[in-house]
Amino acid sequence: MSTKAKARPATAPVVFTANRLRDGRVVWFGAEGIWQDRIAAVTPFAPEAAETGLAEAQQAERQQQVVGVYAVEVGPGPTPLKFRERLRVSGPSVAAEAA
Amino acid sequence: MNALTYPPHARTYRYDEIDREFLQERIAEFRGQVERRLKGELTEDEFKPLRLMNGLYLQLHAYMLRIAIPYGLLNSAQLRQLGRIARRWDRGFGHFTTRQNIQFNWTRLEDVPAMLEALAEVDMHAIQTSGNCIRNTTTDEYAGASPDEVVDPRVYAEILRQWSTLHPEFTWLPRKFKIAITGSPHDRVAAQVHDVGVLAKRNARGEVGFEVYAGGGLGRTPIIARKLRDWVPEAEFLAYMEAVLRVYNALGQRDNIYKARIKILVRDLGAEFTQMVEREYERMPRDKYRLDPEIVAAIGAHFAPPPFAALQDQPLPEDREFRAWAAASIRAHKQPGYASVTISLKPIGGIPGDASADQMEAVADLAERHSFGEIRVTHVQNLVLPHVRQEDLFTLWQGLRAAGLATPNIGLISDIIACPGMDYCALATARSIPIAQQISERFADLDRQHAIGECFINISGCINACGHHHVAHIGILGVDKRGEEVYQITLGGSATNDASIGELIGPAFSYDTIVDAVETLIATYVAHRTAGERFIDTYRRLGAAPFKEALYAPA
Repeated sequence: MSTKAKARPATAPVVFTANRLRDGRVVWFGAEGIWQDRIAAVTPFAPEAAETGLAEAQQAERQQQVVGVYAVEVGPGPTPLKFRERLRVSGPSVAAEAA
Repeated sequence: MNALTYPPHARTYRYDEIDREFLQERIAEFRGQVERRLKGELTEDEFKPLRLMNGLYLQLHAYMLRIAIPYGLLNSAQLRQLGRIARRWDRGFGHFTTRQNIQFNWTRLEDVPAMLEALAEVDMHAIQTSGNCIRNTTTDEYAGASPDEVVDPRVYAEILRQWSTLHPEFTWLPRKFKIAITGSPHDRVAAQVHDVGVLAKRNARGEVGFEVYAGGGLGRTPIIARKLRDWVPEAEFLAYMEAVLRVYNALGQRDNIYKARIKILVRDLGAEFTQMVEREYERMPRDKYRLDPEIVAAIGAHFAPPPFAALQDQPLPEDREFRAWAAASIRAHKQPGYASVTISLKPIGGIPGDASADQMEAVADLAERHSFGEIRVTHVQNLVLPHVRQEDLFTLWQGLRAAGLATPNIGLISDIIACPGMDYCALATARSIPIAQQISERFADLDRQHAIGECFINISGCINACGHHHVAHIGILGVDKRGEEVYQITLGGSATNDASIGELIGPAFSYDTIVDAVETLIATYVAHRTAGERFIDTYRRLGAAPFKEALYAPA
């Protein structure tokens, strides 16, 4: 279970991210309550709802669907505030297929 | 595919039926563990140590499978199979690492058992590529070919492989453990920045022995190794190695991951560490560990020279482009009429260490035609064909060029080591690959690269230093500063006989200015160098001051 999710109270809207168990691909979780491939498909939780959102997101981890759930603070878009998570959204910034 | 059959001089490790049976059992066991994980019968906490013991990491975007390439040696069948795996189960490419291994970055958990089956078909696996065990021993990529070689290090790397594989006492060390061995007086394996570095040599009577270093390492606490022994006789090699590991296993700091490597223990104990190893060594039942000369000879026979033809050295064709490639890529061979060829995996603007499935197959074919089917992976993330007839070099170059593998930049500023960085790695704090790409594009002009001369740039995307930035002439370390990437520069590092740790030059640069900073460093070097000086020579002569001033003085 991710410890990052409990690191500190959110001060901005949050979504949750994890890796899908079966193939390891990055997935996103928002207020709709469904894990999605694209962050654009999820609605952020308000900061004060982050704890509730985390409990819902971790349910999927307990059901062994995803691995390593943690919260990501986002701006409009939603777009993660930190670069690392922006890379999780976009994939590698370099060619990730054989030329 | 049937199990590999080896020609009389296979020049690699050889599996017998027991090895192959074990691998099949191990794959079946892991297949069961994967199935239980996918069914939800194992939690991630339960599964993680099991997958790591099979080389499977979970990275930023996907699982990553790291495959062991024992001491960096591949045969054509193995490289071809890696290409097949890349095409079938990954995205058509693989990434060669500074540990002479290969990683597949887009692995799906459910595919891993099949990938391991495919590896086993060519006597390969992913065991001990993770975890706190003895990892893949690395060695000189020119072993068995280099004119300056005194002892063939592959023989002893293979002995270390057999000794360290599944060694019950050393499966749960305080931390991972990396060994490098060279048999040449010129250190091409970065021996002094490994947990244990070994220099194989001969005494006046021609007997083989080993100079042993311990406690080197990079990461957040970079340290040059301490010499433990100037001479360990061949017969005592494993006994002495076992003594070193035992002292570390007993005293390594297990409660603090940042202090758990042997380098911290050796640094803290100093001469006392050496004495403890000697005491352990003295009281061991040494007969039990004695290397039987017959066993050494039998393993040595696997590395006997290939059937070289009696040839004479000959001049190279006049073609200008070929000559430029040859000047960078060809290395003298101990056998007249032959050469070793280094294949750059650093195309201008490309990803250091990456090779596509097509390229792997092309190199496998070329190795079969021109290098007795042998390929080496270098710790600088390139490939080597060790034994090429000089008369075949032009044809080989044409084949490499057709595969996009003829970049003539070996040892030059665009021959950059770069870890996967934040583009792939879950531990990274910044990207490495795009910085390497931009630097190689900035210095793309080959004449300019030659004018700059030998200059090693290494880039790491976090303090763990997988990109070996500490031992580069110009080291670049990407770190996170309030959620954005910034890059520190270290200067004056070296990974060879004069090993040194680079010095931090000053405040970090942004992603957008780091390449300009490298340009400034090179301009400063060119302005100050004397005839024949490499970057590091000028730096060592002048110190940091002129470089610091150029980088940070107000315009």
